[in-house]
Amino acid sequence: MSLQERLVSGDVRALARLMTYAENNDPEATRVIKGLYDKTGGAYVIGITGPPGAGKSTLTGKLTKALRDCGKTIGIIAVDPTSPFTGGAILGDRIRMQDLFTDPGVFIRSMGTRGHLGGLSRATQTAVRLLDIFGKDYIFIETVGVGQSEVDIVKTADTVVMVMMPGLGDDIQAIKAGIMEIGDVFAINKADLDGADRTKIEIEMMLDLNENKEWRPPISKVVAVDNFGIDDLLEKIQSHRDYLQSSGELASRRLRNTKQELVSLVSDRVMEFILKKSDKGFTVDDLVERIVSKDMDIYTAADEILSRIKE
Amino acid sequence: MADKDNQDVISKAKRDWEEQRLEKLLSKRPERKDNFVTGSNAEVQRLYTPNDVEGLDYLEDLGFPGEYPYTRGVQPTMYRGRLWTMRQYAGFATAEESNKRYKYLLEQGQTGLSVAFDLPTQIGYDSDHPLSEGEVGKVGVAIDSLKDMEILFGGIPLDKVSTSMTINAPAAVLLAMYIAVAEKQGVTPDKLNGTIQNDILKEYIARGTYIFPTQPSMRLITDIFEYCAKQVPKWNTISISGYHIREAGSTASQEVAFTLADGIAYVQAAINAGLEVDEFAPRLSFFFNSHNDLLEEVAKFRAARRLWARIMKDRFNAKNPKSMMLRFHTQTGGSTLTAQQPDNNVVRVAVQTLAAVLGGTQSLHTNSRDEALALPSEESVRIALRTQQIVAYESGVAETVDPLAGSYYVEAMTDRIEKEASEYIAKIDELGGAPRAIDKGFIQKEIQDSAYRYQMEVESGERVVVGVNKFQIKEETPKGLLKVDPRVGEMQKAKLGELRKSRNNVKVSEALEGLKKAAGGDENLMPFILDAVREYATLGEVCGVLREVFGEYKQSVVL
Amino acid sequence: MDKPIRVLVAKPGLDGHDRGAKVIARAFRDAGMEVIYTGLRQTPEQIVATAIQEDVEVVAMSILSGAHNHLFPKVVSMLKEKGADDMLVVGGGVIPDDDIPALKEAGVAEIFTPGTPTSQAIQFIKQNIKR
Repeated sequence: MSLQERLVSGDVRALARLMTYAENNDPEATRVIKGLYDKTGGAYVIGITGPPGAGKSTLTGKLTKALRDCGKTIGIIAVDPTSPFTGGAILGDRIRMQDLFTDPGVFIRSMGTRGHLGGLSRATQTAVRLLDIFGKDYIFIETVGVGQSEVDIVKTADTVVMVMMPGLGDDIQAIKAGIMEIGDVFAINKADLDGADRTKIEIEMMLDLNENKEWRPPISKVVAVDNFGIDDLLEKIQSHRDYLQSSGELASRRLRNTKQELVSLVSDRVMEFILKKSDKGFTVDDLVERIVSKDMDIYTAADEILSRIKE
Repeated sequence: MADKDNQDVISKAKRDWEEQRLEKLLSKRPERKDNFVTGSNAEVQRLYTPNDVEGLDYLEDLGFPGEYPYTRGVQPTMYRGRLWTMRQYAGFATAEESNKRYKYLLEQGQTGLSVAFDLPTQIGYDSDHPLSEGEVGKVGVAIDSLKDMEILFGGIPLDKVSTSMTINAPAAVLLAMYIAVAEKQGVTPDKLNGTIQNDILKEYIARGTYIFPTQPSMRLITDIFEYCAKQVPKWNTISISGYHIREAGSTASQEVAFTLADGIAYVQAAINAGLEVDEFAPRLSFFFNSHNDLLEEVAKFRAARRLWARIMKDRFNAKNPKSMMLRFHTQTGGSTLTAQQPDNNVVRVAVQTLAAVLGGTQSLHTNSRDEALALPSEESVRIALRTQQIVAYESGVAETVDPLAGSYYVEAMTDRIEKEASEYIAKIDELGGAPRAIDKGFIQKEIQDSAYRYQMEVESGERVVVGVNKFQIKEETPKGLLKVDPRVGEMQKAKLGELRKSRNNVKVSEALEGLKKAAGGDENLMPFILDAVREYATLGEVCGVLREVFGEYKQSVVL
Repeated sequence: MDKPIRVLVAKPGLDGHDRGAKVIARAFRDAGMEVIYTGLRQTPEQIVATAIQEDVEVVAMSILSGAHNHLFPKVVSMLKEKGADDMLVVGGGVIPDDDIPALKEAGVAEIFTPGTPTSQAIQFIKQNIKR
């Protein structure tokens, strides 16, 4: 059986192997997806983001468990940072989902960012698509969670859950800028700790500044380890989904995301093309050297590269 | 120690010595290394003088043995009065086999028992639980019910021995079984002597045999404190353990810091549960590791004693001197043993024994030379015990109290360790106490960083481990290792099957139902657990009921 | 950087001594590998499911309790059952020399006993991965 057939028939090994191909930039992954593209779009994609230590993995595990109890199948992609120095990574998000390992309705994949910025890895979107084709009802994407530039998730997920916890203090200030745009639903995890109410007020105050938006992100208090508030959070995610559908926002969001993905795919390929191209006796590195040695200015060099693409 | 004028004189003389003698020599013959460090990576100077301990106030900081702050020891006469308890941790396979080993050790002159349980027992699973497969009787004795406990202590009068049990998450259940065995021997609980480890926080940090989440675990612990204060007054209700923290790779200062931070959490929990500090604190005991850096280890034990005394007095306002005394058991460092040239371990253990004794330990377990390979054989255990006896009777170090006091180096190091540990404790306070710091992975991360640094030092050859990265030889496969009979699992299963048929199952269910109800409320659980084990409810059944009510702990890993 | 080796570092059985597992996990990371670490008390079923979903090239297990003779071969045979015999399985811990031949016979590629430098394990993996 081909990988494509095995994927459609529900072979977990095939799904996993295709994800490896996607991560390794092996065209086999996209080749398979090309043949099955009409099968995409069925899954609902939920992004889980927030600062480190907020309990994203535990929460993802509990949400998964609750959805499994309703008979839904789940895919989880958990992204952790790759060390820029060694290229290695410790992928430890699974630890908090141990009871899901042997559930045949759950597929968990850990990924290193492998140099990609923006909170996800470059293969994340492809992996989502593979899980989608595989037939998962819901797909969770857990971002790296460094709290700063986790903007990619918006381009990939239908609903973004921003996980916070009490006592973050200055951290809240630090991620404040991005929060307004990113979070569709807020979850205050570890809400049994002191300061949960204050955190809620702080989030409300920030949301007040953006009153003119059609959708006001709701806030859910949860204690993921105790399974408290999970149903409430799921309901809020569902109501966001309902809003997206009824307002037509889902379609326009997916349209926007598709456009962005297409543009970035093309730009990736162009970059690859440029970096590889070495005809006419010089490479990008040569240009760089000439710029540094003041033999050429950086703008002329850029023009030079573009004119070569146009050829 | 020195007054100001004297200090200046010494400083000047030292400068002269450096300029006139030292520099000349160094230019001709440089030292072996650029940096000298302790086993825990702390900087070591070339020479220590009175000026390195200039802040030391003899009466404030050292005092006299048996008096605050107990730096020099918890008893006035120390080993001149009575030697430390030589207590070898043992237990494997079935209760029958372990009972034989205990009787052998008692015949060999050992003065206390120390029970090792297998992993299923430590995690509250019966031998026939699916997760127990392959583990039954492996690292200790398998105890499923009171029946096994009766066999384990058969022919050993429990009013005559002191028994230490390395049991944590299900400590209440094993203690209840011990009390029940004693009842059958006609020994009342007030006559019982011994220790349960009962230290769940270090399980979360380093050892890994936890069952319940933090809150209910702390409740079980304070229930034991309260119950024993009234019913089993001579029992050491907890052994707050740095041993495993050190085994996990911590430094000496971290061992002191994290152990005492755990201690603070237990004391606070008991106070919050309504107990008077002087009611339970005298029964707290500690458990430390002893590694190869002899003098640093001695300093560590002294620093731990002084710091704990100060914490109990200043932070908790203890009034009873016994509440301020840090009494401790020591085990030599398992992670220092090498699988290569295992006989060398005998020498390592001897050095570590010296450290423990010079540091004023109350009891000691010496590891056997073959423990990096397998469970120790009888012969190896005997050599380990003899090592203690040689130090006790032949080395002379037991003849006076705290013989290394006043050494500039040892006192400077005692100060340093106390200071470093205090800084960690302040940091942990800031994070909200030990349980929160564990939840955040802070303590684990600090330990892992030390462990990784150590490993890399060994691999780079910066740190020499004899026989491992230097002085290697070609070796034969060692012979005579102890093998646990693989049929132990089957034997335990069969015993369990019989037990479940022969006991009064109606009474078992009633007792378990009672326990379940109590666990949901806030009564002391000890009497309910006792009722259940007396009816031969199994360990797995008792813990199973508690698992249902309490849930299970989820490990916090930060790598 | 393009194609790091993916390794599962697993602690099967009940023993909680994870110093070795954590040290080796870090060493693997520093050698440029992607390390999936799953925590304590993993059953063979959990290890195998994880290995397959993560599509790792190496399954590295650590046991100090003496349960290796039971658990290592079980993982190997379950991987085979699932058609994942292209994964390299290695083990570490307090494992008597006498037990090693049988473990290798059962399909464990290598056993690393106490004192083995992490660099040696890394080298073994780099030389022996099957794909």
